[in-house]
Amino acid sequence: MEKQVPAIEVEKLHKRFGKLDAVNGISFQVAKGQIVGFLGPNGAGKSTTMRILTGYTRATSGIVRICGIPVACNPHEIKRRIGYMPENNPLPNELRVREYLKLRARIKELPMRHRAKRIDEVMERCDLTRAQDRIIGKLSKGFRQRVGIADAILAHPEVIIMDEPTIGLDPHQVIMIRDLIARLRGKMSVIISSHILPEIEMTCDRVVIINGGKIVGQGTPQDLRETFIDSTIYEMEINGKIASLRESLAPIAKEFEINQFSEADNCGFSKATIRIPGVHDCGEDLFRCLANSTDLRVRSMRMRQAPLEDVFLAATRRSWETLDTDLANDDPKPDSDEPAETEISAAS
Amino acid sequence: MRHFFTLLRAELWRLLINPSTYIAAFLFLLIMGFVFQWILLDYANNPKEESPSLTFFQIFVFPIFFMVPLLTMRSIAEERSSGTIETLMTVAVTATEVILSKFCASYVYYALLWAFTGSFHYLFFSFVQEDSIFDPYPIIGGYTFIAISGTLFLSLGIFSSAMTRSQLVAGIVSFTLVFGFIAIGSNLDELATLWISQPIWVEQLSEHTNVIQHMRDFSSGIIDTRAIVLYLSCSLAFLFLSILILEYREGGA
Repeated sequence: MEKQVPAIEVEKLHKRFGKLDAVNGISFQVAKGQIVGFLGPNGAGKSTTMRILTGYTRATSGIVRICGIPVACNPHEIKRRIGYMPENNPLPNELRVREYLKLRARIKELPMRHRAKRIDEVMERCDLTRAQDRIIGKLSKGFRQRVGIADAILAHPEVIIMDEPTIGLDPHQVIMIRDLIARLRGKMSVIISSHILPEIEMTCDRVVIINGGKIVGQGTPQDLRETFIDSTIYEMEINGKIASLRESLAPIAKEFEINQFSEADNCGFSKATIRIPGVHDCGEDLFRCLANSTDLRVRSMRMRQAPLEDVFLAATRRSWETLDTDLANDDPKPDSDEPAETEISAAS
Repeated sequence: MRHFFTLLRAELWRLLINPSTYIAAFLFLLIMGFVFQWILLDYANNPKEESPSLTFFQIFVFPIFFMVPLLTMRSIAEERSSGTIETLMTVAVTATEVILSKFCASYVYYALLWAFTGSFHYLFFSFVQEDSIFDPYPIIGGYTFIAISGTLFLSLGIFSSAMTRSQLVAGIVSFTLVFGFIAIGSNLDELATLWISQPIWVEQLSEHTNVIQHMRDFSSGIIDTRAIVLYLSCSLAFLFLSILILEYREGGA
């Protein structure tokens, strides 16, 4: 059976700016029709990686293939297959929305007979029809973002690369863009970078977390949770005292934390959040213990899935710790006649 | 070169819809009109044998010093500073198409501005006495030279703009290059007087690079092909360098 070529294939990609390794040997793949979220703190190398994918920036070493075509060998051909929305979404301020999309359609070699129809279609999809005759420079940030997204999807590219597409949009527009991206699933491969983590979680099939130019985690949000989150969180509404709760939970887990215990409401119920080390479902045991306790009454209980934000924080924190350890190991060892205290401080 | 005309059309359209294009054109024609009037007044007080058109062409370098940087400094530097170069260079256009479209758009505007100054000569010959001899050849020669030398000056401007992301720096570099070419090229033999045994090639080179002398020749009806080759080859060289810079910096194909 013929093996399907991935839409994006990155192998040991390096990009060095002077002494700084902006991208340091990252490898990942995006399958056809898949939506992938690219996460990372500022300066992690997301935008540099995206620019290398588009052929705008040359990599120092490594291989990038778009639809099986190496970017370094044939940048011209891959530019026909991608739709790119850069960071900060630069647009010509003096043109009108329709004029700009017309120009882009011409440059992107969209057949003349389909051009007007396709422009109308993307304007409709991005809710730009009522702003089509407005000058881009006078549009609000939300409208400008939508013009950038309309341009990225205009020529039916096989791969869409969007750097922070939802930044500056109001919640209505965010939902609209989320739906728009979701509709592309299966038809086009999409890679999105964003700081709005719930957006990524709702939209993407897979997530790649990058920090310090290295990939620190990749997989589905659930895979990442299993890798980086080492505790289970339960939220419950409980009538009773915190001391009683501690007492009843003791048989279930040796180490647990009550992260939150709110003031009782009119009915005497407080909201409590409990963190139990390890990833395992102990909901039934919890119910049993709480039911057996004479001092406690439970109104509701649910296991809370760790948000992607927690995964992101755990992954980046872990990579920083590794980086710190590497740096400490790289430090030259102090002379043997130095006092022991100096060695301890250098290692720390 | 399949996107060249699309890009050129877009560049010309941007010029057409930009109010600063019309303001710049108005100010240029106003200043050139005053200069032409001042030449006519001078001729009225001190009659001379040569045509006022000839004097007009001899001072053409002064507007060039300001016009070329103002026309070209935006071209690449503005795209780079606003980031639109990224959207432009991530579609299937080549650096050659981008540079040539920018150059041609500036050239069309430059040529149009000078073409409008042709009306000064028309008005002048319409109002002089009927017995005066109208000689069109110095005017044709003068405008031919402006058209040919313009390719080099504008390519210097595009080259300056391709080097930087700051319009101001692009303008200063462009002014320096154009001023350097005209001022140094026209006075090379004088500048080389400090050289005790001045080699013969300095004198020969100064003959080839003397912009003022070239204009004098063209406006006297002498079409010197050496000058044409110099301007066209140098302009091609600077456009080529601009393409290389854009390809290197923006990864153009």
